[in-house]
Formats: sequence, structure tokens, C-alpha cells
Amino acid sequence: MSHAWQYFTNNQSQILTWLRTTAWLAVVPLAVGLALSLPAGWVASRYRWSYPPIITVGGLLYTIPSIVLFLALPGIIGTKILDPLNVAVALTVYCVALLARVVADGLRAVDADILNAGSAMGYTGRQLLLSVQLPLAIPVIGAGLRVAAVSNVSLIAVASTLGVSQLGSLFTIGNTTGDTAPIWVGLVMFVLLALVLDGLILAGVRLMTPWRRAVGR
Amino acid sequence: MAAGGGALIIASAGSGLPSVGLVPRWLTTASHWTGRHGLLVSLREHVIYTVVAVLIAMIIAIPIGLVVGHTGKGSFAVAGFANAIRAVPAFGLMILLYVLVSPKIHFHGSIGWLVPRGAFASLVPVEAMLVVLAVPPILTNTYAGVRDTDPAVTDAARGMGMRPRQVVMRVELPIALPLMLAGIRSAVLQVIATATIAGFLPFLGGLGYQIFINGLPQINDPNVGYPAMLGAALVVAALAGVADLVLLGVERLIVSPGLARPTARTRLLRP
Repeated sequence: MSHAWQYFTNNQSQILTWLRTTAWLAVVPLAVGLALSLPAGWVASRYRWSYPPIITVGGLLYTIPSIVLFLALPGIIGTKILDPLNVAVALTVYCVALLARVVADGLRAVDADILNAGSAMGYTGRQLLLSVQLPLAIPVIGAGLRVAAVSNVSLIAVASTLGVSQLGSLFTIGNTTGDTAPIWVGLVMFVLLALVLDGLILAGVRLMTPWRRAVGR
Repeated sequence: MAAGGGALIIASAGSGLPSVGLVPRWLTTASHWTGRHGLLVSLREHVIYTVVAVLIAMIIAIPIGLVVGHTGKGSFAVAGFANAIRAVPAFGLMILLYVLVSPKIHFHGSIGWLVPRGAFASLVPVEAMLVVLAVPPILTNTYAGVRDTDPAVTDAARGMGMRPRQVVMRVELPIALPLMLAGIRSAVLQVIATATIAGFLPFLGGLGYQIFINGLPQINDPNVGYPAMLGAALVVAALAGVADLVLLGVERLIVSPGLARPTARTRLLRP
């Protein structure tokens, strides 16, 4: 392990640049994916007929192997094969595929009595959605977001097989040189990144749902 | 912008790659399917890697899942282990195992038609990586299926005089079956997708061979470059789709008709 640490300090600036790219690739698709899933999930929960098609399309998109999307996107959106944008778009697709269902299920799971109480108190439809239904669905959405975050991070590594320059490049370097140091550094960085993202989402959910702590859950 | 193929050709021009429109022609050319490095050989290798990994994963995960679900002991360890494994990038794990383990393997022969000459030392890290990938979904779903069995049902079984082993095998296992199969399905899909990176290691094939070894170095070639890579990738996607349908069919056949198929929850368990 001391060997790996030495490798890290010797190549610090390169590794930190890769870390920045990788963190960007992990966070941006998650944020964009969530932003797109909220309206899609809301439509699926609000209009009963739209639930099966939205969920089926999501399920189908989720079965597409990541390497297929990484390869097909340059041909479809006209990017270069090594453009990190391919990876970002592919991961966004996976996020939406997973989260649209989670958002829909989370919104649907809110007790009808609570919504009735809200409208009896004079909440309009929009207020009811934004300040009652959505906050109550946050724990469910947060759980889905954590799954999406962790699986995205490990998919990013696969993109380095095509030569996209990021932390996964440490693995291709280890493969060509037969040196385990860069591989260990890469594994540790990836796991740390996943843990940090996971922890941030968990903390966000806790911050946004103070009533759950108040009743001691 | 022109419709259909025209639009695709214009878009591809922006990327500097051969057009996506060439893919159907590449896939329908017979010579690309036959021969020593043809798609059929790659497809067979891909299926072998997948089946071996998922079978080994089932042998490991199902007994542990049944025992942990039945006794309730070690459930925290199971959940923690599964989550920790999900954070490890499969590609990095494969390369690490290859660099560490392969030089120590001195068997270079072939094993029937399963392992070609010289491939064994590369195959071990690939299969190990795929098994590590396939264990968590099968393990967590088996465990969850057994744990969620209605206590009234297991009480009744015990009241009828069943021994613990009989309760597990005759009551909890059949009831957990739909959830277990959902776990196996998601493991198969993940393994099929990830087995493409096997082509990265020497002497190995699978559909990844077409992508990384044949295609990537000459990506701008309209015959063996980008259209071939994308064609092989689409075969991976088709294989995943077919495997999913086959497993859904198996589920229909072997799950007791008395059990409604849970769907909403099983999806969430997929990593």
C-alpha cells in the first residue's frame, strides 16, 4: 500500500484532474437526471394511463448495456468518441430510467388522507404537490438517488476502456504496465467518491425531512 | 435536417466517425458472423462467460441468502457487504485480479471446448470479477424473499411438524422464488453488460473482442471500425433482451401460480 501512496503523491496533479472529471461525470448526470425525472414521475403518478408506458420505457432503457450507449451516442448526437459528454448523457439516461419510476412510486405512496387534509386546509393543487406530496416522497426518492449515484460511479470506470480520460485511466495504465499501484489508487478513489456521494445524499435527505427526526425515526 | 438515415449521416459527420447508417449493413453481412473471430464465436464465448459466472454466484449466494433470511442472523453484514461491493468498479477489480493473480497461474492448456489454449490465466480474473458482480443482487433478493415470508405461514409449517430444513426448502424457498429470480435476472443483465470488458484481456473473446481489440484501434475504418463496434454492441443489447425474456419465461413456469408476482419492489433492488 505504501507503494500506492507513493504513486499517488508522484502523480498527484494528474490524478486530481482525473478526480475532477470523474466527480463531474458522477454529479451532473445525477442532477440533470433528477430534474428530468421529477416531472416525468409526476406525470406517471398523476395520470394513471401514463404510468405503464413511462415505467416500461424506463425499464427497457435500463437494460441497455452501458458500453452500447457510450458507443452509440457519438453517432447519434455527433460528439467525438472520446468526449466525456457521451458518458454524461448515457449516465443521465440511466438516472432518468431509474428515477422516473421511483418518483412516481414515491408520490403515489403518499397517504390519500394526508392529501385530503391538505385540501381541506385550503391548499391548491400546486401547493399540495410542492409542500405536502413531494416532501413526503423525499425519503423514497433519496433511496433511489443513492442507488443511481453508486451505480453511476462504477459505470464511469467502464468508459475508460474506450479511452475517455478520467480516474478509470488508472486501471488501463495498470493493465499496460503490470503495476498494481495505479490500480489500487483508482479503486480507492472510486470507492471514496461513491461513499462521499452516498453520504451527501443521505445528509440532504435528513436535512430536508426534519419531521422524521422529530418523531425519532 | 433530412429525415431518417440522412439525419444520422449528418450527425455522424460531426463526430468524424463512419456513419451509424453503415451498422445494419455490417450486421447483415454473412462473413462478419462466421469464421474464427466472427460474431457467432464471440457470442458463444460471451454466453459461456455469463453462464459460468451466474451459476457460481448462485451456488454461493442462494444458500447464504436462505440461511441468513431464515435465521435473521448476519442480515446487517449481508446488506453492508452488498452495498460495499456495488461501489467497487468492476473494470478496476478485473484489472487488479489480472495483474495479481494471472502471473501465478501456470496452466496454459485448454479445457475441452470451454477454455481455449492459453486463455485460462485470463479467464480466472474475468470470472472472479463477474461472480463478485453477480452475488449481491442474488444474495440480497434471496434474503429479502425469505425474510418477507409471512410469519403465520412459517408458524403453520412448524405446527404441522416440519423440521427447520423442511420449512426452508418446502415453504420459504418456493415463496421467495419470484424475488430470487428477479435477483438472478438483474445479475444476468449486469453480467452480460460487463462481460464485454473481458475482451480487454489477452486470449479472451466475447463480444467485447469486436469492440476493443478489433474495432477501437481502427475506429475510423468504415468496415471494421465504428460500424463494427456499434454492431457488436447491439448484439450485446439483443443478448441482454433475449436473456431477460427467457428468464421471465422460466419464472412463469416454475413459480407457484398461487404467488402473485411482485414487481414494484424488485426493481428497486437492482443496483
